[in-house]
Amino acid sequence: MAFESMEEWIQYCRKQSVSAPEAVILEDIHDRGVTRAETWKQMAGMWSAMCQSDGEYDRTLISQSGLVGGAAGQMEDYIKTDHTLCGDMIGKVIMRALRLGESNACMKRIVAAPTAGACGVLPAVLITTAEAEKFSDEKMTEALFTAAGIGQIIASRAYIAGAMGGCQAEIGSASSMAAGALVYLKNGSPEQIADAAAIAMKNLLGLVCDPVAGLVEVPCVKRNVVGAINAMAAADMALAGIHSAVPADQVFDAMKEIGDQMNSSLRETAEGGLAATPAGRKVREKLTLH
Amino acid sequence: MNLYDILGPVMVGPSSSHTAGAVRIGLITRRLLGDEPVKAHIDLAGSFAATGKGHGTDRALVAGLLGMQPDDTRIPDSLRLALERGMEVHFHEVQLTDAHPNTAVLHVETAQGRKLELQASSLGGGRIMVNKLDGIEVNFTGESPTLIVHNLDQPGHVAEVASMLSHKAVNIATLHLYRNRRGGYAVMVLETDQPVPEESVTWLSHLEGVMKVTYLNPTQEEDNGL
Ligand code: SF4
Repeated sequence: MAFESMEEWIQYCRKQSVSAPEAVILEDIHDRGVTRAETWKQMAGMWSAMCQSDGEYDRTLISQSGLVGGAAGQMEDYIKTDHTLCGDMIGKVIMRALRLGESNACMKRIVAAPTAGACGVLPAVLITTAEAEKFSDEKMTEALFTAAGIGQIIASRAYIAGAMGGCQAEIGSASSMAAGALVYLKNGSPEQIADAAAIAMKNLLGLVCDPVAGLVEVPCVKRNVVGAINAMAAADMALAGIHSAVPADQVFDAMKEIGDQMNSSLRETAEGGLAATPAGRKVREKLTLH
Repeated sequence: MNLYDILGPVMVGPSSSHTAGAVRIGLITRRLLGDEPVKAHIDLAGSFAATGKGHGTDRALVAGLLGMQPDDTRIPDSLRLALERGMEVHFHEVQLTDAHPNTAVLHVETAQGRKLELQASSLGGGRIMVNKLDGIEVNFTGESPTLIVHNLDQPGHVAEVASMLSHKAVNIATLHLYRNRRGGYAVMVLETDQPVPEESVTWLSHLEGVMKVTYLNPTQEEDNGL
């Protein structure tokens, strides 16, 4: 069985003197009866697929509904002016989160992480960090094992689908996974990985799933941005030695409880929140006429 | 959930349930039919009908019927490709009672006139469940090798299938029996841990009282599709 708590994962790393991703790899070998080479190849494939999606972004594409497309291109031009508030690094994180989110909406190939709607969070922070710090593909594959390990724990304790737990389960989970992966890349300890995952999730608790016209476009594309930047901030806080007062496992449990209490109109049914605004309804009406 | 249910699948967007799952429903239909359909009537229910167009569900289902996988970049183009290959496709919106919100019913036919009717739902994360096959309720995911035997509802058929599989060292993971009425028409659905050899599938289909045998191999890579 995969780890069901961050606590168990951390203990395992301590006892066996292995890194966080190594523990995930060993569990996967055990769990699915695969070889190390097989699981490594599969995860390395996810990394290269993410890089490929980022590289193949096409700023001329517009989604079928006409709601999204081109924003990452605008962001790219804007970064080049050197007048951004966020600076180059965060500017690129924003640009990539938009790229992947828009590519998904435009029926391009992406990696669901953990879902298609949240597919931009991990690539945005990981590709930008890999580029800035010149990390090898091998190291990035290890970072993805770390992210997936966090995601498995979230899935076992709470949810990773908007229809079940709202957007906190999608963008929140992606952000939590990304924060932990970033801490690993910067040589943080397993405890710091857990702190980052906890902080990132806490910041997005309560986020509802309210997609306009039921499409994975508005607010999904831009929420990838907030998930990515939140992950960067949470990772930096954890690496600075800042702790989460509520441990990660309890934060995930809280996410489940909040998801369970969330009205179904705010869980992907497109009946509440942004979907129910006058602007949101107008989009829906326009699309059903076609 | 395993690691790659969390990271992955690699897929064409925008939705794992409405796009990737829909491709898999089309692909499973094609494999169960055993050939490329020349006709496909597709009924969309629930949220497949409501938001299917914006999610490319229509194109995804047809892409699967054409033999594409969920990560095939030609999915957005599938309706045109189907037209080029002479596949006749129609969509309808239907109301189904007691069905999962993301459900499609596919009525397909090969050039030789072989028909299949399949109802399946998309469960999220790209995973699906086949709910009905030729009108009979079944439940299988298509993630393991799956053997489907249509036979007359008479004694002995389960034993024949089970002993054949044990002879071939194929372990049965799950076995479900369904029938329309006593002494009528029955369907046996077996999910196995190992693939079932092709000659065994043929042997089964020649048994007396067995009307049709279909076999689904999830690791099958190529099936002469596009
Ligand atoms: S709003 Fe809903 S569909 Fe959009 S990313 Fe969040 S959880 Fe996914």
